[in-house]
Amino acid sequence: MFQYIADVITYDILRLSRGTNIASSMNFFLYDVPKIYFLLAVIVFVVAIIRTFLPPEKIRALLSHKHEFTGNILAACLGIFTPFCTCSAIPLFMGMLQSGVPLGVTMSFLVASPTINEVAIILLWGLFGGRVAIIYIVSGLVIAISSGFIIGRLKMERYVEDFVFNVKPINEGSVENLTLKDRILYAMEYVREIFSQVWLYVMIGVGIGAFIHGYVPVEFVTKYAGNSNPFAVIIAVILGVPLYSNAAGTIPIVQALMEKGLALGTTLAFMMAVTSLSFPEFIILRKVLKPRLLLTFFGTVAIGIIAIGYLFNLVF
Amino acid sequence: MEIKVLGPGCSNCQDMERRVKKALEELNIQANVVKVTDYAEMGKYIMATPGLVINEKVKHSGKPLPNVAQIKEWIKEENK
Repeated sequence: MFQYIADVITYDILRLSRGTNIASSMNFFLYDVPKIYFLLAVIVFVVAIIRTFLPPEKIRALLSHKHEFTGNILAACLGIFTPFCTCSAIPLFMGMLQSGVPLGVTMSFLVASPTINEVAIILLWGLFGGRVAIIYIVSGLVIAISSGFIIGRLKMERYVEDFVFNVKPINEGSVENLTLKDRILYAMEYVREIFSQVWLYVMIGVGIGAFIHGYVPVEFVTKYAGNSNPFAVIIAVILGVPLYSNAAGTIPIVQALMEKGLALGTTLAFMMAVTSLSFPEFIILRKVLKPRLLLTFFGTVAIGIIAIGYLFNLVF
Repeated sequence: MEIKVLGPGCSNCQDMERRVKKALEELNIQANVVKVTDYAEMGKYIMATPGLVINEKVKHSGKPLPNVAQIKEWIKEENK
């Protein structure tokens, strides 16, 4: 359906001739933008409904008194459904540590929550297809579980800022009982909020992607960032760090590059670096983590991402 | 009345502050609006930002934000 509408506008209304660069770019843009907006509206709504069943108090309760390894797995999975960027995850991170959730388990949550978020999954699914989306989710989970597990084994509790354990909550937040109507209103409000935050990035991202699709020659990317360049994955991760939280704008560009020969592993590594490692995040986390733990956290996640990148470049 | 807006200073927290000020303006009520950006202080009240605390009572935490009408209700409750 989206392809049909895009074709009608490109070839019949705008009268661009098939096979030209401009027609190819325009068609790409007109196809991708409505499709992504549609997917965003539907999936964000569903995720928001699920989220109403998982308030922070519940997540904390689910993760306390868990054995380390199963705790890591559960924490990473719960991270998929939670909206937290790192800045908003910190109060929950503190709340979990105070109630006795092991440090490694909270770390798994802290990695999974921004890395595997619904906006990234939607864009991957819409632009790359289900296979890549699932590979992305599974790799993200593996990185979150293993980096949390390693940090747990290293027993780094003393490198958490001391005040974190000393904060005494004044009143325990009471969990409200929501009706179905409340949940639907919440989800609609959430869709509206996400939309207002990302619509422009999607459009700019797809716009650049459309330009690449129509005008950049295939050999260009293959030459500089294809499988033959052994440093491609590392460069992709380094480039991804400053592009924080713009998954919505970044992913369409990456899709167009992948079409031009960027390897799958390099693509995955780049996107994970964009969503889970960033300079502003580093500064925010420094408020609750001492430098040694902060560096260990970033180091394990970065190594995990790079390893995933090389693994997929080898396999595919 | 003391109103605390809790959050590290992201766009959502700024939006929350704007909404609180608008609510106060519309109700024509004077209140002391404090921005709390320190995590140690925030952690006493909430586990998801942005948070809203009126007279030491947690009224809201997390996204999406409450609308101005809802904030007005809370302010009226506490203003009695």
